[in-house]
Amino acid sequence: MNNNKTISDTEQEIIEEFSLFDSWDDKYEYIIDLGKRLPHLEDKFKVEENTVKGCQSTVWLATDYRDGKILFKADSNSTITKGLISMLIRVLSGHTPNEIADAKLDFIREIGMTTHLAQTRSNGLLAMVKQMKNYALAYKIKEQTS
Amino acid sequence: MTESATIQKELDVYAIRQQFPILGREVKGKPLVYFDNAATSQKPQSVIDALLNYYTSFNANIHRGIHTLAEEATAAFEQTRDAVKEFIHAGSREEIIFTRGTTESINLVAYTWGRQNIKEGDEVIISCMEHHSNIVPWQMLCEEKKATVKAIPINDNGEIIFEEFEKLLSQKTKFISIVHASNSLGTINPVKKIIETAHKKGIVVLVDGAQSTVHLDINVQEMDCDFFAFSSHKLYGPTGVGVLYGKKKLLEAMPPFQGGGEMIKQVTFEKTTYADLPYKFEAGTPNIADTIALKTALDFINETGKDKIRRHENELLKYATAQLEQIPGLKIIGKAKEKVSVVSFVVDNVHPQDMGILLDNRGIAVRTGHHCTQPLMDRFCIPGTVRASFAMYNTKEEIDELVKGVQRAVKMLS
Repeated sequence: MNNNKTISDTEQEIIEEFSLFDSWDDKYEYIIDLGKRLPHLEDKFKVEENTVKGCQSTVWLATDYRDGKILFKADSNSTITKGLISMLIRVLSGHTPNEIADAKLDFIREIGMTTHLAQTRSNGLLAMVKQMKNYALAYKIKEQTS
Repeated sequence: MTESATIQKELDVYAIRQQFPILGREVKGKPLVYFDNAATSQKPQSVIDALLNYYTSFNANIHRGIHTLAEEATAAFEQTRDAVKEFIHAGSREEIIFTRGTTESINLVAYTWGRQNIKEGDEVIISCMEHHSNIVPWQMLCEEKKATVKAIPINDNGEIIFEEFEKLLSQKTKFISIVHASNSLGTINPVKKIIETAHKKGIVVLVDGAQSTVHLDINVQEMDCDFFAFSSHKLYGPTGVGVLYGKKKLLEAMPPFQGGGEMIKQVTFEKTTYADLPYKFEAGTPNIADTIALKTALDFINETGKDKIRRHENELLKYATAQLEQIPGLKIIGKAKEKVSVVSFVVDNVHPQDMGILLDNRGIAVRTGHHCTQPLMDRFCIPGTVRASFAMYNTKEEIDELVKGVQRAVKMLS
């Protein structure tokens, strides 16, 4: 969200925050807390075209494009997924399509959340990361052609 | 307490646990609590040894070789067929066909018997609680034949409504494919009564025994089913092997499923004659190692005693149900009178996936989601459940861990 910070700055911030936790329970407690605090997405955005369907949980992802920057809004029916989404939004929202398309998002691995990107979890997070990058590419193309 | 202690002593669950090496491992720094047995069971050392022994001592392709290794491998492979015949009390060994699993067994019947016998306008009956593997093959068949699949409705306890089943039967009904025990709810269906009713009208019945075979005594002759399907891996045996039992008369009249080696008598470019049962349905080199080790798994169950296992699992089911029901906001899905050891539940305002992640964090393996029974979840208006399913090696102490884990997760998530 913070325009002064780069994507990797925010990633680093999250990695440092997570280094303070010494148990998985604490990490999840924090993620659940983030999930609960994620602003509620209005129902008008919870439509089919905004739905990123995982096998178990559903994610809704809406975007806004202002001054060359993408703003993300999202929600999920799973609190843990919401927490993970909240971190993704914190890292990616407010950046340019180019920055988002190039983002490595190493923080997910660094904080030990890789399992959530694994096929077995199928919880929509992997699909959500892909969808965010797709939006970035779409806005990039739109920018180039207009 | 004394009663349950006697039962556990009778089974000696702790001695049994010693035979399953995986139960000694830790997950996320905690001792593994494995409650995903309805998905697949763990394997005893004897089964693991049987696999190793086959590859280290007598690996060979079966049935055609005249050398010693081929003879030994063939004998072991065919011994499993005899053991399966005994295990489900089939009339003859020719009625036992090896497949890749329950799914392939059901597909085999849909492709062969189904294609031969289902005509336009016919109806195939399944139930509301079927696994996708007992829905999709019939939908595919019916689409091809312009026939219809109909589902028997269930009540709020997750039991088939028998009167509704009877109402579905008509001249058009040609086939019924029904699950013996539900993987999502645990419900044991009255298959004998269903078969009796169906047979009076000349309808052929397949019973999906994927979940029941490990828990219940199976006697296909007494049940009088026309087909019975199950998988080795849910029976403490290896993955990749399944069984299709079929009545000889039906199997003989059915065309082959796949063409290839093993399933032929004579091949010329003009005409091929097919092998006799059961080989007609076993084209190509089968899964020799895993089939051989399946016998070891059946021996293991027989030696432990199915009645003892059943009593122990029932005790676990009763205990888990009573303990979980005390958690505020928790609702058990599937309250049939007759159940196998499966407890499915939902908790108010808690997504099953979140519960599953937090339980995994405590080393507890459960399954969450729709359990490949989406129409059933729709029936209960839920996206999915958390499912704990128990096997012979599970203990009440493990259930206590589950209950603590659920309580903690509910606290964290609400």
